[in-house]
Amino acid sequence: MKKAYPRIVSGCGIVGIMNEKGNRMNGDLVIRAMRVMDERSNGLGAGFAGYGIYPKYRDYYAFHLMFDDEKSEEQTTQHLDRNFYLQKDEAIPTKPSPQIGNAPILRRYFVEIKSDMLSGDGTTADDFVVRNVMEINSKIKGAFVMSSGKNMGVFKSVGFPGDIAEFFRIRDYDAYTWIGHGRFPTNTPGWWGGAHPFTILDYTVVHNGEISSYGINKRYLEGFGYKCTLMTDTEVMAYLFDLLLRKHNVPIEIACLALAAPFWSHIERMPEKKRKLLKAIRMVYGSALCNGPFAIILGHKDGMIGLNDRIKLRPQIAARDKDMVYLASEECAIREICPDPERIWSPKAGCPVIARLHF
Amino acid sequence: MNLSLLPPEFLIERDQSKCIACQVCVRQCANDAHVYDEEDDKVYSDNSKCCGCHRCVTLCPTDALIVRRNPSEYKENANWTKNVISNIFKQAETGGVLLTGMGNDKPHPIYYDHLLLNASQVTNPSIDPLREPMELITYLGRKPDKLEVEIDGGEFRLETKLAPQLELKVPILFSAMSYGSISYNACLALARSAETLGIYYNTGEGGLHRSLYKYGKNTIVQVASGRFGVHADYLDVSAAIEIKIGQGAKPGIGGHLPGEKVSEWISETRMIPLGTDALSPAPHHDIYSIEDLRQLIYALKEATDYTKPVAVKIAAVHNVAAIASGIVRAGADIVAIDGLRGGTGAAPTAIRDNVGIPIELATAAVDSRLRKEGIRNQASLVVGGGHRSSSDIIKAIALGADAVYIATAALIAMGCHMCQKCYTGKCNWGIATQDPYLVKRLNPDIATRRLTNLIRGWTLEMKEMLGGMGINSIESLRGNRLHLRAVGLAKSDMKILGVRPAGVGM
Repeated sequence: MKKAYPRIVSGCGIVGIMNEKGNRMNGDLVIRAMRVMDERSNGLGAGFAGYGIYPKYRDYYAFHLMFDDEKSEEQTTQHLDRNFYLQKDEAIPTKPSPQIGNAPILRRYFVEIKSDMLSGDGTTADDFVVRNVMEINSKIKGAFVMSSGKNMGVFKSVGFPGDIAEFFRIRDYDAYTWIGHGRFPTNTPGWWGGAHPFTILDYTVVHNGEISSYGINKRYLEGFGYKCTLMTDTEVMAYLFDLLLRKHNVPIEIACLALAAPFWSHIERMPEKKRKLLKAIRMVYGSALCNGPFAIILGHKDGMIGLNDRIKLRPQIAARDKDMVYLASEECAIREICPDPERIWSPKAGCPVIARLHF
Repeated sequence: MNLSLLPPEFLIERDQSKCIACQVCVRQCANDAHVYDEEDDKVYSDNSKCCGCHRCVTLCPTDALIVRRNPSEYKENANWTKNVISNIFKQAETGGVLLTGMGNDKPHPIYYDHLLLNASQVTNPSIDPLREPMELITYLGRKPDKLEVEIDGGEFRLETKLAPQLELKVPILFSAMSYGSISYNACLALARSAETLGIYYNTGEGGLHRSLYKYGKNTIVQVASGRFGVHADYLDVSAAIEIKIGQGAKPGIGGHLPGEKVSEWISETRMIPLGTDALSPAPHHDIYSIEDLRQLIYALKEATDYTKPVAVKIAAVHNVAAIASGIVRAGADIVAIDGLRGGTGAAPTAIRDNVGIPIELATAAVDSRLRKEGIRNQASLVVGGGHRSSSDIIKAIALGADAVYIATAALIAMGCHMCQKCYTGKCNWGIATQDPYLVKRLNPDIATRRLTNLIRGWTLEMKEMLGGMGINSIESLRGNRLHLRAVGLAKSDMKILGVRPAGVGM
């Protein structure tokens, strides 16, 4: 298995479930929502992300790793050990099944940055973690970081969503935000790391689509030091959010307006102040505009966002019911777990659905 | 006078059975290739004077004329071709520098013809520009690395102050052509169509006649080494200022407008005495280094109160990427690059045909370099030099350009037939001439309409190509080389262009 392979285009089914109060829900919920959309996957990859799953280790960066062999495991452990205090280091619990073959070595590390690592040059803790993730992914052959945020984790592999959930024992976890993804790639990946969700720090992206702006999005990110090794649209979108939200510190609404910008003809009709802002966003973040069909769900520690491309070429449905916010590729996924939501709607093209935790 | 050994380049064939001796051709040919013989009541032609501009052919009311290449042949020789022999004859007869007009006509590789575009099928729907919005609007100018946005009472407030920008409805500009190299009517047509199209034209180094000031908001004014016509009003009236360092057709050398062309209006516009030669030195005599360029950029910004973008135009030469990087760091808001195939009103043939590099390679090299240095956003990249069609423009943008300068195509739209005799001042089409008798042949209204039509047609085609690629905004194509594939190119070329060979997937 090798890390980088030609860019894969795929169709997908995605789900996002969040409790605004931060109440944690069992993984069974996301599994049920995903299962009704099996039609949208072809068994070549799926995954889950849960936020709030490690309350005991909430202050530690949780590194979910996959390794091809013991050598890469050893090298990665050494690498982490040099840069971090390893609070806990264990195998990710799994339940092997015939549906999930060829499993790599799966481990998780709960770590804290060594105190002398950040001295001086203005590197933030998050920057340091991102750099380490990039280093492991690009330099250690056979090692891949699935996720690296605090109090969250990603579980993914090659298979159907239901089988993967069984394998990773998703029902053993409770989360305040669950994100699920099942893919329909148009070629065979054969590599677990290529499955979704894709994560950097606590930003998780699941994505249904194929962005035609990939070439320039990638070059734009490379200018800021990102290494796009996976050749997937999802990776690029995760990095774009990381760049805008974390490095450029722009509000989430502005980041969404950059990735799915309103049309110029629409901007021309806006009141002056807003027009000026939107023009500036399009001028400055033109290379971050994502073109072509996409529907994404972005999870982060403080909430969840659903976003569609500017002419809504992929489906996305949103719903809310009391403290719950739901996003899904199809209405049936929502109805399965919440048969009668207070409100259910199809968000307009390019209009983000932004859910925030209040607690 | 000795007998000239030069054979005529063209043959004029007159079908005497059709010719009615109306003498249209006689009056139309500024080279006097046609002569009316009263005694015979017939029109005869002198092949040696024909430049192949096809003015007579086009205007002949009875279709009696055909102009074609002289088929007369020398002993076959791959090395000493007819063209080479003719050039030697010319210089042996005159002792001078060979002159020419328009862009390089040698068969150097045209990389655009080796690049193919992508289109969507199934996994990614193509977008129909007749049904969905398709955006070509482009802003040229310095962009910050990031935006500062504050939240103020539930509303977003933009904290970042943006540098001045040029808004283009279509990522095309009319490239620099001076009043002097082209006629007033040609300048007027360029200005008017730029205004209609929501784009820009460029004065070149010939100054700006006051009667054209009303098109100022669509005018880029040039400051070149001769400083012709540069004064406060000239800078003030413009939308942007361009410092011309070099030109693709003649990198490294200056310009020369012969005194015969310096009419009263041109003398007034260029601020030089009537009938004197206008000589532009090869370098700017106040720019001998990148620091000096910075001083001129900021002198112009100061003079215009930082209200307009300042562009710097250079020819595409071997070290173009590093030079462009220096220009960006010196404070230019736009870098304009003119490639090997860029046109000119007059240039030594030896220079035009042998100096510089193709614009495709220069575009890719500069875009890559600026990105590598993290300064691509600090200046826009406008490229020119031989863009013939909407697809050339789309490919230039995919290679990394923000917009494309066109001039030769604009001249052809106005009626130019590419005879390459601009330097003689005898343009029968009224474009590259100052002779009032010839200038009035170019009707500015018709020329404006033809220019506008061309760009409108290209706009529609560009939208179709974008939509096919599943893109509905030009910025998603800019620098997106993944949508290009190479056919028949060497590995080294593909590496510089940053493109994969055809047959390799996404």
